[in-house]
Amino acid sequence: MATESRPNPADSQTVSRPPSALEHLWDRCFQALTHVAAWAILVLLAYILWKIGAKAAPAIGSYRLGFLTDSIWDAQAGRFGLLPEIWGTLYSSLLALIIAGFFGLTVAIFLTQDFLPPRLAMVFRTVIEMLAAIPSVVFGLWGIFVVIPEIRPLAEWLHLHAGWMPIFGTSFNGPGMLPATIVLAIMVLPTITAISQDALQAIPYRTKEAAYGLGATRWEAILKVLLPTAAGGIFSALVLGFGRALGETMALAMLIGNSNQISLSLFSPGDTLASLLASHFPEAGPVEVGALMYAALVLLFITLMVNVLGNALLALTQRRISGVS
Amino acid sequence: MPANLNFSFADPREAKNIILTCAAWVIALAAAVPLLSVLYMLVSTGGARLGLELFTELPPAGFEMGGGFGNAIVGTLVMVCLASAISIPLGILAAVYLVEIAPDGRTTQVTRFVAKVLTGFPSILAGVFVYAAVVVAMNSYSALAGGLALAVLMLPTMVLTSAEAMAMVPRKIKDAALGMGCTHSQMIIKVVLPTAAPGILTGVMLAVARVSGESAPLLFTALFSNYWFNSLGQPTASLSILIYNFSSMPFDNQIELAWTASLVLVLIVLLFNVLSRLVGRPKV
Repeated sequence: MATESRPNPADSQTVSRPPSALEHLWDRCFQALTHVAAWAILVLLAYILWKIGAKAAPAIGSYRLGFLTDSIWDAQAGRFGLLPEIWGTLYSSLLALIIAGFFGLTVAIFLTQDFLPPRLAMVFRTVIEMLAAIPSVVFGLWGIFVVIPEIRPLAEWLHLHAGWMPIFGTSFNGPGMLPATIVLAIMVLPTITAISQDALQAIPYRTKEAAYGLGATRWEAILKVLLPTAAGGIFSALVLGFGRALGETMALAMLIGNSNQISLSLFSPGDTLASLLASHFPEAGPVEVGALMYAALVLLFITLMVNVLGNALLALTQRRISGVS
Repeated sequence: MPANLNFSFADPREAKNIILTCAAWVIALAAAVPLLSVLYMLVSTGGARLGLELFTELPPAGFEMGGGFGNAIVGTLVMVCLASAISIPLGILAAVYLVEIAPDGRTTQVTRFVAKVLTGFPSILAGVFVYAAVVVAMNSYSALAGGLALAVLMLPTMVLTSAEAMAMVPRKIKDAALGMGCTHSQMIIKVVLPTAAPGILTGVMLAVARVSGESAPLLFTALFSNYWFNSLGQPTASLSILIYNFSSMPFDNQIELAWTASLVLVLIVLLFNVLSRLVGRPKV
């Protein structure tokens, strides 16, 4: 580390002296430069909002709010509606959140509550973190060639025997809500695990000791003391995981079937806002680009709301926990 | 001695405890299955085609056999370098402002919050934004646009990780530098940045790892090209878009190449991840 400055014989006699005028000038410039850089981030967000908003403005003018409730996307007829995509985005993200929340929270408990010796826990943590490093397209490819064939027998059985339930109501023909949701859940799992782990680790050790001291079993301590104490952090983990799921693009574009329909069935193809953008943008004409910009604005708005909420909650609970301990 | 200190399977509380522990083991192990499956597929399917010609040849068309994706590797590297060149200096400077210049200012609080919110920014929107801002203006898809889209995604991560690294620099060291007559910026450049360098490098590696696997922002900014990279103003190939394009093709050759490209891409991403752990490890 470079913490200790190396002794330089040349300036050993004049180690300490007041800064010269030139150095003061340079100091001013450097500070101004950092100020500009900090502002650049704020300007960037504003510029993103403005640029997408400006491109979407004509479409907003001609379709207005009906855009959000219409369910037809027909570039030839110039009629665009976003309801199936909004439905698909929320439905797939919520399902993924339920699966990933369950697994992610269990893994977070598993890793923080001494189920494994520290060294093994470290290895397991790395395995979960590595999931976050796998690119989205690779998950998409894996979904097409591994997940879809693997779940096909089960899905066909479910449709045959439980087809009266709306969630199994349509036959399984490959790409659709279920494979998309499974892969989406795997992709948000590391986010949820990481933030929940932080929340569980932030609990003062004496809280756990007190629970054990009163005779609680390990799981009584976890379920009745630790989880309620970490509830705020865990909730923000879920919200941030949800935000990530909403914006996830490539794996969904490859797995969800890109079909403009609203269905409760897990086996029917669907579409999400992000995958609509990915699949339609490259070939869109000028009118459709306007509509897609409107769709991008809707996605931007939803994810910003969710992320602001998640981060605000996280900041709030962190302040409360650190205030207590 | 109270009876409830004796261990017994018949005790419902004990039984519940054991059942839940077993369930936790099963669920946690199940959570590791997808990663193992992905890695297995990458090595077994993608590894089969690994060879030198992958790096020197161009992607095959339709029914062609063989081929490689040398141009996609070059394209990915060019765009990631461009994104790094923009976002690393800007990110570090912004972090300096947040930590050293005005740690309690209003701008700092807002910027920090915006950076946090932007880390959850959907990557496809970076593509949409750059399309609207750059591609339309230049009237062409280009490596420049792709690099800019990746830079938008890198910037918030860079700011937050650098700020975190700088916040760890002990107050005493900074005070010593100021006491010797350093100006604020001399203290930052000569003391804070070198001390925080390992942490900042970790952030750089993580940000690079994240963007090298990104594909959504490149879809309609860099597009794709079947030829070698020749200028920043032209459509450019990238590994991730190659995987996306090839995955939906009906030809076995292309699908095999998609798996091999995935293997190469994952190796690049993991390399940067491992580097981030190595450089960030505190030296004792």
